[in-house]
Amino acid sequence: MPVFLLKRFASFLATLAAASVVVFVVLELLPGNAAELILGDTATPESLAALEARLGLDRPPLERYADWVGGLLRGETGSSTSYDTPTAELIAERLQVTLPLALLAMGLTVVLALALGLYAASHHNKLGDVGVMAASQLGIAIPNFWFAILLILLFAVHLQWVSAGGFPGWVDEDSGAVTATSLFEALKALVLPAIALALVQAAILARVTRSAVLEVMREDFVRTARAKGLTRRQALWRHVLRNAMIPVLTVAGLQFANLITGTIVVENVFVLPGVGRLVFQAISNRDLVVVRDVVMLLAAVVVVVNFVVDLLYAWVDPRLRVA
Amino acid sequence: MTGFWRRALHHRSFAAGGLLTALLAAAALLSLVWSPYPPAEIDIPNKLQGPSAAHWLGTDSLGRDIASQLLVGAQNSIVVGVVAVGIGLGLGVLLGCIASARRGWVEELIMRASDFTFAFPALLSAIMLTAIYGPGLVMSIVAIGIFNIPVFARITRGAANAVWARDYVTAARAAGKGPLAITLDHVLPNIANQLIVQATISFATAILAEAALSYLGLGTQPPQPSWGRMLNEAQTQMFQAPLLAVYPGVAIMLSVLGLNLVGDGLRDLMDPKLARRR
Repeated sequence: MPVFLLKRFASFLATLAAASVVVFVVLELLPGNAAELILGDTATPESLAALEARLGLDRPPLERYADWVGGLLRGETGSSTSYDTPTAELIAERLQVTLPLALLAMGLTVVLALALGLYAASHHNKLGDVGVMAASQLGIAIPNFWFAILLILLFAVHLQWVSAGGFPGWVDEDSGAVTATSLFEALKALVLPAIALALVQAAILARVTRSAVLEVMREDFVRTARAKGLTRRQALWRHVLRNAMIPVLTVAGLQFANLITGTIVVENVFVLPGVGRLVFQAISNRDLVVVRDVVMLLAAVVVVVNFVVDLLYAWVDPRLRVA
Repeated sequence: MTGFWRRALHHRSFAAGGLLTALLAAAALLSLVWSPYPPAEIDIPNKLQGPSAAHWLGTDSLGRDIASQLLVGAQNSIVVGVVAVGIGLGLGVLLGCIASARRGWVEELIMRASDFTFAFPALLSAIMLTAIYGPGLVMSIVAIGIFNIPVFARITRGAANAVWARDYVTAARAAGKGPLAITLDHVLPNIANQLIVQATISFATAILAEAALSYLGLGTQPPQPSWGRMLNEAQTQMFQAPLLAVYPGVAIMLSVLGLNLVGDGLRDLMDPKLARRR
């Protein structure tokens, strides 16, 4: 077990390091650096050199890379060129929207997918199964941002139950504290985006759940369990589910990466002040420092989630611990 | 082959998917020679009109004909799909075949590198590339293509390893065939089916990714019509003309649905054992 853990941890660290090198090389070393972007094509060589010096771009690449990564590890990030605030502060503020949204969407995805997948599997080849499968085929084909627009059309434009976008913040403006009302209003602003994100993901995960459950239900040990007198339902809960979780976990882990990028898109549909909006404003402000740190954060999240999924495998299936 | 096509026509989801995909291709081809109006033709007096005989699906906020934009937008989706899948297929299959033929540290290196590429979903690559080079169709295709490389590398390596373990490959090696000849004569023909299925599904994913990038303004730039950007423009007119936000989405959905159904159908048709188990 410790050897397995150490190996996984080493490859996790190596992946993170490689990701940081890629981000650094693409955003700092490829032709067209921050100073050129800010000053544009008409810049004189002197003004370019002056700005490069001010931004520290004239120092050797290795030194800049070491500074950047060292800063990230210590939590001291560079300052955004357009906001003049450390990027860590900017990102932390925006994560208050993005993180709850992603978690809400992931939770919804898993609940919906397991419910639909189990339902379809236990009604294999009956009307319910065919219905769920057809609906999920459609769900996979719907772009999440379009579904988000449709939700806005229905609930904001037509029914006028919610506003078409924006985020009121978690704290009450008058008292400056989190109140029941402010919490409710904030969650209300996140519900439609979370549904838009979850539906498409759940469609994929439901299919995986269904086929994994069907696969396991054919195993001998399930027949043995049934022969011992367990009902279908008991066999499903006690024996099938745990064994069917491996492919479900794999796909759910891969989906988290989609969810993160989906969050960027959906935040823009609903004008939510999250990390996704931040990175887009940074692109239009030509603020490479923010782009670099946000992309690094998002890539790191994907890597961390994949690592956690690996650990979960070992927890669910002890056979994998020897590998 | 006739047997294959007879079975294909009777495979309901394959037939439905094939029809939708044929419609997509037909729309793109037709728009090369004809569309009701030039898609970028601005006609402010006739802006935001509903469907009529003159404008089948109405006009947008600049008076441009929606039906024409949808037709020409199909070209965009097909180009992105073909090139992005081509990049992934070309490089991914090459890497997968090398990994499988060489094994050892080469395989380990290639597979670790493809695991690593998954840390950069197409949108993240596109964000990095556009931050430096500005938005555009080429950048979005490159970003989607890069993400496709590890997808194909993994599938190729897995399927190729299975072929390398077969007796006929051992026989070919005993007869003195080199790795390149074995890959070309035995491995590739035997894994082609799986690659075709994956290419179809990746095509659908590429259309979705391009639509998202264009919606965000990172992909196709005006005046070239694209379904994703049409949705972005429609969102600003949602209270006046809600239907504008519906058509392009339906076009994307039907294209993706068609390709996915074709992919699933091909998988069933090419591997009848699998079909019976489902």
